[in-house]
Amino acid sequence: MGKAYGDHTVIPELDLELPELVTTAIVGESGSGKSTLLQLINGLVRPDQGEVRIGGVSLDYEQLATIRRRIGYAVQGAGLFPHLTVQENASLIAKLEGWDIDKITERLQELFKLLDLDDEFLDRYPTSLSGGQQQRVSLCRAMMLNPPLMLLDEPFSALDPITRRGIHEEFIRLQSAESRTTILVTHDMTEAIKLAQNIVILQTGNIVQQGSVQEVRDNPDSDYVKSLLMLTEAS
Amino acid sequence: MKRFLSLFSYLALTCTLLFAALFTAHVAQAEQKTVVVASKNFTENYLLAEIYSQVLEANGYEVNRKFGLGGTLVCYEALLSSEIDLYVEYTGTVAQAILKGSGSPSVAELNSQLDPLGLRLLDSIGFNNTYAIAIKQALAEQLGISKVSELNSQTQLNMAFSLEFMNREDGWPGLQQTYGLNQSPSGIEHGLAYQAIAEGKIDLTDAYSTDGDLERYQLITLTDDLGYFPEYLAAPLVRTNMDDELANVLNLLAGKIDEATMRRLNGEVVVNDRTFAEVASEYLFEVGLVSTQTDQSDVIWDRLLKNTVTHLQLTSIALLLGCVVGLMLGILVYRSRAVSRVVLYIAGLMQTIPSIALLALMIPLFGIGFVPAMIALFLYSILPILRNTITALLTIDPVLQRVAAAIGLTQSQQLRYVLLPLALPNILAGIKTAAVISIGTATLAAFIGAGGLGEPIVTGLALNDTQLILQGAIPAAILAILVELLFEGIERLLVKPHMLSGTLPN
Repeated sequence: MGKAYGDHTVIPELDLELPELVTTAIVGESGSGKSTLLQLINGLVRPDQGEVRIGGVSLDYEQLATIRRRIGYAVQGAGLFPHLTVQENASLIAKLEGWDIDKITERLQELFKLLDLDDEFLDRYPTSLSGGQQQRVSLCRAMMLNPPLMLLDEPFSALDPITRRGIHEEFIRLQSAESRTTILVTHDMTEAIKLAQNIVILQTGNIVQQGSVQEVRDNPDSDYVKSLLMLTEAS
Repeated sequence: MKRFLSLFSYLALTCTLLFAALFTAHVAQAEQKTVVVASKNFTENYLLAEIYSQVLEANGYEVNRKFGLGGTLVCYEALLSSEIDLYVEYTGTVAQAILKGSGSPSVAELNSQLDPLGLRLLDSIGFNNTYAIAIKQALAEQLGISKVSELNSQTQLNMAFSLEFMNREDGWPGLQQTYGLNQSPSGIEHGLAYQAIAEGKIDLTDAYSTDGDLERYQLITLTDDLGYFPEYLAAPLVRTNMDDELANVLNLLAGKIDEATMRRLNGEVVVNDRTFAEVASEYLFEVGLVSTQTDQSDVIWDRLLKNTVTHLQLTSIALLLGCVVGLMLGILVYRSRAVSRVVLYIAGLMQTIPSIALLALMIPLFGIGFVPAMIALFLYSILPILRNTITALLTIDPVLQRVAAAIGLTQSQQLRYVLLPLALPNILAGIKTAAVISIGTATLAAFIGAGGLGEPIVTGLALNDTQLILQGAIPAAILAILVELLFEGIERLLVKPHMLSGTLPN
């Protein structure tokens, strides 16, 4: 598929199949088209040509709201709604899906434990939380309905290194507790290697290399990938 | 999208019901056996309207006073469209302004021409309020003159006329020709002429024959013995379908008030600062048309309360409709920059129409009174609400908009749970602006007989009575402040404090 905004082609032509039940990191610098690729998957952006298939089924643009409830979504800076409390943010969709209060509370407790969040945050507004706490709540919102697919758009990029390390641990714990197909967009090769099993490297909308973490690490097939790996070793 | 549409059909229904309720209330009001008495916005016309009102009340009628309408055209249109039942008009004005004729036709002659319009004049009240030549009583007696024709021989007299009189065809040029006068008068501002004549700087000036100021300066008018000035006989103008019983009550005043009496009554108001109601009631008691003098002490507070209530009704209904339409439109168009721009442009254009002009434009469409005033206010309230709604929705953090869609909210759910709550502080600010503007603008509604706090202001302006103006201006200002406070309360109730941080105080 491909996507352009006016004269500006973001993704010229891309054919990509991602494995189920593992975490795939899409790595690239700004302007590589990695965010657009993510938004093509949940229909926030429609392709100019080609199509998106999830679990073998073409994306039905008339049913986006229903489909998106089965796709978790978290972004850089958390994107929590400032007028809603932590609990309201996390449970908004569950309520609209008709979950009763007990079921919501139970799921929240479960996620709060996995993400190391304090119960006293529930009635607070997002602005009173730290960046790391907000991002944990954002993950909590994304996983509330236990979706089979999760899209993460640089969720950890804006955090300081120590907070990031902590949240990485929780993310790994979460993924092992509930296995799901996860697509993580990041510019950070270290993060990709740490969190993902599968890596796709994108440069100006084209795939430079893809494969398991092991394959990419052992056989970088271009200078660009080598330079990315060098940066990893340096840090 | 379907839910989105159903939300709008719901809002549209609310809007329609509101309008329906309003018009039914309006019709119901008209069906009662009340007589709507109107007046133009100058002293004598107010006073005569009050006199007729009190006569009607003394004879068992309910009277709805719509005084201070903005001029002949407004009164005439209002009478034609049955918004009012009568007002006092002058034969000369009927001939010139309404029938576009000239000369001094009699009431009977005018009625034959008014009949096709469905209007007629009742019997004249008696006096003729026309141009007159005023001179100090003492000087006239000393010179032994009482008629205009006797001015011929008085070449030594120092004359000064208002600029309008000097230049009007039916003013000095014609007068000079008719009476063969050879003096050369100078021009003077009408307001200064009385002062000048009182101080003896001039001897003669033009005046209106029933002007209350003639009393104050002890002036008399010279008889127009050649009948040069057109007649301006005062008489109630009504529709031909007025029932005889009512017409007979109004004709109780036929021929009752001569020029001297009218001058005296006008003088009571202008010179002695008494209210129309007092002067009217005192006069009617004197001539035996009412048996008791009404006590006026409570009237100020009653009227103040009534005006405030009307004012609030006007502004709150207009604001409510403005909110419904402004919000709906804003939500409908904000996604398209081009459509938003067009809609805002039109709303902005409406705002640039001066309020008086907009009110005047309402008359041919909706008549006079509450409804057209309310519609004009409604049109004014749209822009601030619409503009703030569009701006508020457009400036919501794009990340939050993207997240709202991405987590699986439908379009109407995005609006309800995310976009509107985030836009709320700005939308409320727009509604507050609209409310304060409405309260101010609603004072002008009195010009088309909608009542409210503008009524004492309009009357006060006609009488140059500051106290009366303040009776409208102060409550209006207090209302504006209260509305500010009310909206601050609403804001505090609906918007979490942390959502307001960083916004400018409105």
